[in-house]
Order: sequence, then C-alpha cells, then structure tokens
Amino acid sequence: MIKVGLIGAGKMGISHLSILGAHPEVEIVGVSDTSKMVLDVLKQYSSFQTFTNYEEMMEEAKPQAVFVAVPTKFHAAMIKNVLLRNKHVFAEKPLSTTVEEGRELVEIAQTNNLVNQVGYHNKFIGTFQEAKVIIDNGYLGEIFHFTGESYGPLLIRAKQNNWRSNPLEGGGCLMDYASHVIDLINYVLGPIEKIKGSILKSFYSKNVEDSVFSLLELKSKISGVLSVNWSDETYRKMSTSLNIIGSKGKIICDANEFKVYFKTSDCPANYSKGWNVRHITDFTPPVNFYLRGEEYSAQVDYFIKAIQKKVPNTINNFQSAWNVDKVISLIRNSINN
Amino acid sequence: MDQILFGDNQFFAVNHISDEKSRALSIKFQNDRAILNTLDHAIATGINTFMCTTHDRIAKICEYIRSHPDTYKDFKIFPCMPYAHKYANAVTELGIVGTIKEFIPGNIFGSLFKGGTAYLSKDYLSIMELLVDAEMKMFKGLNTPIIFLQNNITDLLLGLRMKNVLKAFHDYIIRKYNAEPGFITMNMPQLLDTLEEVGIKNPAICASINKMGFRMSGGREVYENVLRTKKLRVVAMQVLAAGAIPPKEAIGYVCGLPNIESILFGASSKTNINETVSLIHEYNHKYKMEPS
Repeated sequence: MIKVGLIGAGKMGISHLSILGAHPEVEIVGVSDTSKMVLDVLKQYSSFQTFTNYEEMMEEAKPQAVFVAVPTKFHAAMIKNVLLRNKHVFAEKPLSTTVEEGRELVEIAQTNNLVNQVGYHNKFIGTFQEAKVIIDNGYLGEIFHFTGESYGPLLIRAKQNNWRSNPLEGGGCLMDYASHVIDLINYVLGPIEKIKGSILKSFYSKNVEDSVFSLLELKSKISGVLSVNWSDETYRKMSTSLNIIGSKGKIICDANEFKVYFKTSDCPANYSKGWNVRHITDFTPPVNFYLRGEEYSAQVDYFIKAIQKKVPNTINNFQSAWNVDKVISLIRNSINN
Repeated sequence: MDQILFGDNQFFAVNHISDEKSRALSIKFQNDRAILNTLDHAIATGINTFMCTTHDRIAKICEYIRSHPDTYKDFKIFPCMPYAHKYANAVTELGIVGTIKEFIPGNIFGSLFKGGTAYLSKDYLSIMELLVDAEMKMFKGLNTPIIFLQNNITDLLLGLRMKNVLKAFHDYIIRKYNAEPGFITMNMPQLLDTLEEVGIKNPAICASINKMGFRMSGGREVYENVLRTKKLRVVAMQVLAAGAIPPKEAIGYVCGLPNIESILFGASSKTNINETVSLIHEYNHKYKMEPS
C-alpha cells in the first residue's frame, strides 16, 4: 500500500481523493484544506484524517506521496516543501506561475529521485495517443501545419470572484485552459519553440484573459495556431481538439473521436486510404474505478505505479510540465513585446 | 420498472462518441417542441417511462406534461439528479460554499451557518435534502416512482467511502417522496457491496452493461458475475457502447443476462427508436424475460 496525502480538497482535489479512495493499492493517510466546511464534511462522513495545516498533515500522517491541488500561486512553495521532505508529488497543472520556480521544482525532484507528475490528463486519452503514434511513425509524412483548440463554458458571464480570475493567483485562460493544449501539442507534435504573435482577449473578466490566440512555431519549424476560449457556452464542457495536416494525410482529433485521412494506401495495417474514423471506445483500456473519464483514473494509477517502479516516471513529469510553463511565459512575452 | 426506459442524453447534446454529433443534436433539439415530438414518438412505440436529468429544460417538458394530463395519463418519469454540469461549472466559478449558496434558495444557508461553529452532522445532510428538494421541484405533481442519483455523485461518494451519505439519500427519497431510490454508477460491483454494507437490499442500480465492457469498471466478467450471483435490479445503460456495437448484437447480449430489469436507451430519430424497441421485444421474447 502506498500512503498518500492530499493538499487542497477543492474541485480537482476531491476528484483525486475519490479516485485514490477507490484505488486498491492506496491508503489515504491525511487530507488538508483551509475550508472548515470541507474538512467538517470529510471528518463526518469519510474515514480520512483531516488537517487545517498541510505541514502538520505531513508530519503526523507521514504520507509517502502527496497530491497538491491548490490554486497555482501556492504550487511552487508547497511543492518544494513537500519535495524537501522526500515525498513523491502529483501536482495539478500548471506546474508553477514562473519559469524560475518551475525549474527549481524539476531540479529538486530529480536530485532527490522522487516521482513527480502533473495533471495534464489529455495524454491518457486514447485518441490523442493514437494521433501521436501515427505521427511518430511518419504516416502523416512531413507535417505542414496544425491547429490546437480548446473551448468551454468556464466563464460565461461577468461575475467572478475566485482564484481563477485573479492573475496573481495563477488564474486566466492561458494558465487554466490553454496550458492543456500547449501540453498536448508538445506531446503529439514536438516542443513549441517560438511564438510569432498572440492575442489575449477578455470578454467578461476584468483582470484576466478569457481567450488565447497564438501563432506557434515548433522546434522542428512546423507552424501552428493555438485557439482557446473558456467563455464559449455552446460547449457543455471543456473540449480540446487537434487538427494536423501533413504531406501524406490529415488528422482531426478530440477526446471522443479520431479521424484520419490518408492520401495513399501507405498507412498503418488497420487503416485504409481515405477517411478512417475511430472512437474512444476503440482505444480506451478499462479502469478499475471510473469517476469522470478514464484518463483521470489512469493518470492516478500511472503515478502510483511509478512509485512502485512498475512504470517509468516519463509521462507528465515535472520536466514536461515545466516545458508548458516556458511556453506560457513565451506567450506572455509575445504580448509585452 | 418497465422493460424499456427512454433516456434524454440526445436532447442535451450528450454524445459519448463525437463532438460533431453533439453539436448537431444541440441544434436539432433546441426547441422544446422537438423534444416533445421525439418523446411522443417513443410513447407511440409503447414506451411509458422517461428517465431524465434535472436539466433546466426538463422543467419545461414537465410543465407541458402536467398541462396535458390526458395525453400523458400513465406516463412515468424517473428523475436523475443532479444535472452535474450545472454544479461543476458553479463550483469552478463560485467555490463549494458559493455553489451551495447559489442553489439553496432563501436564508436557509445563512441561518444554518450563522456563527460558523459547531456544524452538526444533521446539518450537512439537511443541505443534501434541500438540494434534492430543489432538484425535485420541477416534477411536482408528476408520477416519479423511482428517483436516481447520478453517477458523478454516486461514484464520487463511493470513492470517498461516504456510504452513510448514499444511505441518507436512499432514506430521504423513501421518506419524503414515497418513491424508490436508485443509483446510477460506472462502478456497479463496488457500489453494490457498499450499499449492502449500509443495509440497502436489492437496490435499483443503473449501470453501463454492454458486450464491449465499455465503462464497466473492473471489466465485463466482474459485472456478469455480480449479475449472476447477487440480488439487485439493474437498468442497463450504454448498451450500444455509444454506437460501437451493432444494435442486434448489443441488445442480444444484454437481454441474455440475468437480473436486468430494464434497458435504458435514447435516440433522436424515429427509425432508431423503432429499431431499438423492436429488437428489445424480439430478444426479450427469445429469452422469455418476465416483465416485473
């Protein structure tokens, strides 16, 4: 059994807690949060030990691994603190609010040989994984251009008073929504290196951007467009997609559906020339406990397995999340310049 | 329970397989009349139960049904609560406490939390009860013999091991609404064990049951074993695995399993409704499934 503690029982924290609670190889030893109400509910109806102070939780409950799901501005200090106590860390995304802080976290985790992971769950979705396999094997030929998009109804009216709308706390569409797409592009197509220009636009928020539109260039010189808007109420929930065109074909892909067009019959064995449509049902390995999408359970399971040394700590490690932080910083700078 | 229950995912652009289809559905059903027409067609094929989420638009459908009592005389509704996106989006925007404030009307919240100290166990369950009442408002005067807790909440509580909250929902539905409580889940085997632990016997459980093992946590074999060996009343959903299994094969499989009391399905076209209903009848007859 891996002893796990949680810091921050908000929307993501509670979701992780439930998935961890159902995991056969996890023992939840402590939960810390600053909300008295949340702690009271957990105290009364669950069997988890609760703490108002996360340091106390680590001292008393002695977890081997800690999930950090607090507002982004607290990430750097808390994650560092947890790492220095020699505990494996799963943190929510993005890793940190600044590139410098993120670098330090990557270094500490590596030096201390601790398992480190960030919650970019899209990498655990079968359709996106398939896109990567097709591209890595050259079936799309030379990649010409791509579009990475994400839309959702997170903020659809001029009324907000939480940390996501505060730039100082790591709020904003760039940090919250666009980070997912940036991470996915880095993973499927290769690292983003240059930002040719960006528009960060607010529709409803006073202090942060509600949308991000950027022209990207990858290290491989492939060009692309990033288009993200969290104020689109025509989406029931956040929806992320990739559209990639190459010399040998094209991929249109979201979390549910994978469509690929091959110009010739030079394609993988189970595909054919022309359009091929596959669905998430074709790619999804079953999980032992389902809460809100297989990928959320799969990423937690991967983290636990990495601690048990059953899988390498390569997917979504701090280094890869830090690469996203760097692109976020590049996008901000492309505005300031 | 009727052998066939008509679902509502198609009305609210819930399509587990394609965002494009979702948008098409969203356009097709943007008028309530389109929803009612489809519902009427389902009724014409003999379906008599509508299993639906507590979506704002269902309130309008309920209003119509209430104002046409003769047309919908024996019609039953199985509410499924809560409509989670409403709350999930609110939690992101307002936080947990803010969300409760938003959805519980009046001063109840203020008075309950005044002082902010000793929250007794009863108070949180009262909040749950108030939320149930808020969700049930739209069904006033309609026949709702079974009231389901949505899988997002059932499974969240299951993972948090808050079995007493599941029990409290169960007891409240019986006490207040004189209805049978049901639970939707993606984790049927674990849920059944947990419900049995708190003394809930032979529960109504709605779960994904399909030949592909899609959204059947732990795998198909585990589910089949539970169905064979345990006492529960199952509503099978996602029978077609979001369209991944051909209808004939899909329905043949589910009708051949023990302890399946109902099949829940949703469809947006007359052709698909007709096809699914006649397949269910065909296979039910074949396996001599007894109506309950």
